[in-house]
Amino acid sequence: MTSSVLAVRTVCKRFGGFAALTDVSLTVGPGERLGIIGPNGSGKTTLINCISGSLRADAGSIDFNGIDITRLPAHRRARLGMARSFQIPRPFFSMTAAENVAVPIEYVRHRGAPHAARARREALALLEQMGLADKADLPAGVLPQVDLRKLELARAMAADPSLLLLDEVMAGLSSAEVDEVLDIVLALNRQGVTIIMIEHIMRAIMRFSLRVVCLDAGRIVTEGAPAEVAEHPDVRRIYLGA
Amino acid sequence: MTPELLIEAVVAGILLGSFYAAVSIGLSIAFGLLDVPHIAHPAFLVLGAYGAYLLGQHGLDPLLAGAALTPLFFLGGVGVYRFYHAAFERHGSDKGLRGLAFFFGVAFIVEVGLIRVFGVDQRMVEAPYIGKSLALGSMRLPLRMLVPFAVALALTIALSLYLSRTFAGRAIKAVAQDQTALALMGADPVRVKQWAFGIATATCAVAGALLIILGPVEPGLGRLYIGRTFCVAVLAGLGSLPGTLAAGLILGIAESVVLTSFGASWAPAVAFGILLLVLAVRPAGLFGR
Amino acid sequence: MRGGNRFLAAAVLVLIAALALTHTVQNEYFFFAGYVVLQFVVLATAWNILGGYAGYVNFGSGAFFAVGAYTAVALIKALDAPLIVQVIAAFLLSGLLGFGVGALTLRLRGIFFSIATVAVAVICETAVINWRFVGGSRGLAILQPAAPLWFESYTRFLFVVMALIAIFSVALARYIQISWIGRGLRAIRDDEDAAECAGVPTLKLKLAAATLSGALMGAAGAPFPLYMSFIEPTSVFSLNYAVSALAMPIIGGTSSWVGPVIGAVLLASVQQIVTVTISSELNVLVVGVLLVAFVVAAPQGILGLAERLIRSRGVARGALGARDNGIGDRS
Repeated sequence: MTSSVLAVRTVCKRFGGFAALTDVSLTVGPGERLGIIGPNGSGKTTLINCISGSLRADAGSIDFNGIDITRLPAHRRARLGMARSFQIPRPFFSMTAAENVAVPIEYVRHRGAPHAARARREALALLEQMGLADKADLPAGVLPQVDLRKLELARAMAADPSLLLLDEVMAGLSSAEVDEVLDIVLALNRQGVTIIMIEHIMRAIMRFSLRVVCLDAGRIVTEGAPAEVAEHPDVRRIYLGA
Repeated sequence: MTPELLIEAVVAGILLGSFYAAVSIGLSIAFGLLDVPHIAHPAFLVLGAYGAYLLGQHGLDPLLAGAALTPLFFLGGVGVYRFYHAAFERHGSDKGLRGLAFFFGVAFIVEVGLIRVFGVDQRMVEAPYIGKSLALGSMRLPLRMLVPFAVALALTIALSLYLSRTFAGRAIKAVAQDQTALALMGADPVRVKQWAFGIATATCAVAGALLIILGPVEPGLGRLYIGRTFCVAVLAGLGSLPGTLAAGLILGIAESVVLTSFGASWAPAVAFGILLLVLAVRPAGLFGR
Repeated sequence: MRGGNRFLAAAVLVLIAALALTHTVQNEYFFFAGYVVLQFVVLATAWNILGGYAGYVNFGSGAFFAVGAYTAVALIKALDAPLIVQVIAAFLLSGLLGFGVGALTLRLRGIFFSIATVAVAVICETAVINWRFVGGSRGLAILQPAAPLWFESYTRFLFVVMALIAIFSVALARYIQISWIGRGLRAIRDDEDAAECAGVPTLKLKLAAATLSGALMGAAGAPFPLYMSFIEPTSVFSLNYAVSALAMPIIGGTSSWVGPVIGAVLLASVQQIVTVTISSELNVLVVGVLLVAFVVAAPQGILGLAERLIRSRGVARGALGARDNGIGDRS
């Protein structure tokens, strides 16, 4: 139990009369790559929101590196080493790409003793790693979709996370771009970052995941190795029947 | 306070409360259902009161004047919403800050405009039922309160039924909850919203007439009603019309009791006090979704 | 840090200029009007720390200003306290008020904070009207002390005091803007949830901004009773403060500390001239119309217009024009 990075136990979330998540439990080990699949509205993003702190779980508990984070606000979870991307990229539009990345650098990495020049240097280094070096001083608003996706990754990585939550980072990208982003994500994992990824693109999820969890109507239907899950009768029913 | 005084205060509060529901119902629709930060709603209300005053100068009964002005207000509301949508909602840049500043500016222009046209003096209307009262046991119920009470009650109930029983009404409620679902059903969310905002503004014509029947009106009155209308709309649980009636009654009774026991100069703070309390304790309101 | 030195030099220069003016300009009215312009520089700058940087709209600036003014009145009446004590007490008390309103509503959506500020304005006004000690609704005359040495009149002295408060406010606003705190506030304005997830303690930052913003407004109000030699609720709680404090930064441009200063100097000067020559009502109307026009047509304010002008002359291409289309396509 102590060796897990993330332990979600019987988490429930309701919106009015609608049960978005019911008794969801999952454990993620260090360095793991977990893929989450499921039809639209099955609760995937709600689960990520509950883990990252954008939403509070109504019931159940969440441990992160052995610390109970169930009631912690999102920024405290970020400081503990959790970072996320959003389904629709949500950069800070009034800032340049470099400034976007500087925010977590100043608030997480350098917390307590921020230093503007150093923050900028480190932001530029991260953007370079994502292949955005030449766009560092452009306003986030002018970047094309694929660059916004990379900027989300750069901003998430700027907080030096031990756990990265990716919510459809590849949606809307061309096949070549999917591979480009997937290579970046796999490289981050090789550096030791544990990654949970929601994705609809089956090719990407199969190549990425060590383990796959399938959600339907707010419950976990099945979990296991990617090939097993893909063959599971319930998964086939959900995906082919829909 | 003696029991008789308390009962009288509560009865007056009920009459007043129904009126507060009527002045807030437009805001419940515009802010509660459509999510438009409509700070200018009370200013439109005062505009409605001056409309009734202007037509009253030509001998028209204020209630009839209010009814006669509803189409004009409806069109005005549609226009304001189209403009708001084109300028802020569609592009969405800084919607919150700019939308608020916009409506605040509009409210301010209405107020100063009224001052320039009518001056700062109080204005009132004449009607056969103003000045008379009905005796109920030892209590005297002034008709200038009873008439707004009855009309307000009718207005609130009629709009509640409209929203829950008609197709257009249900579409308005749907637009508040799920725009995409509505679009899939083949209704254009923007058109639904502009229709709803038109209705919300049209209520200001009738409610404004009630306002000037209840008592004299001056251009700065809108600011007091920011507190009252938002207090009722928030307390109601945003967008709930039966809740609006209940919340109006709560505010009316609270204000009336404070007025009887502490004096008139404290009354304006009651609505704002309740509002702050609700925001602190239960921001979803009493009847929140 | 060269920018910091330049700013410091400019601040010292402004202060010296203010002092020099008190010895060179003969017309007393200049100082009456100048004081008001500087007071609006403080109010606009204070408003912008929360409104411009973080995107939370305060409609009740008049209340914070009035709490400052009435703190001063209470101190004069009770203790005959010196001006510096009045200003500091006003700063603290209005700051506390800002913190209180913030703690109550900054967890909620922005509009609830805005409504709460209206509420605070009305509640404060009601309380003051019912508070006999400071004059209630009829008001209270305040005796101006003799002008300190060096100054020909007390108004000239107050003019310099207000210049000092203005310099302090602008320096503070500038520091916040260029530091990591400012970046955090802008992140909140752009996308609060994303800011939280990037490690920004949004509630704490908003509370700090609300406190500081309120405190500076209170400091702007503190010398007001002595300046007027009279105080009564209607003029202190005038809607004009609330509207101006919001309109000036929006017209000047909210993204930088320069915007509120430009907006305040421009608008307040015009107001002073128009009030003398035409009517005070008309100038309030002008502010309202300008506010709506800028919010709709030039959301980046005069600063944005100037930037665009420079850019259209081809100095630097691309950055700002694109920013206009880019911001928040949330729909």
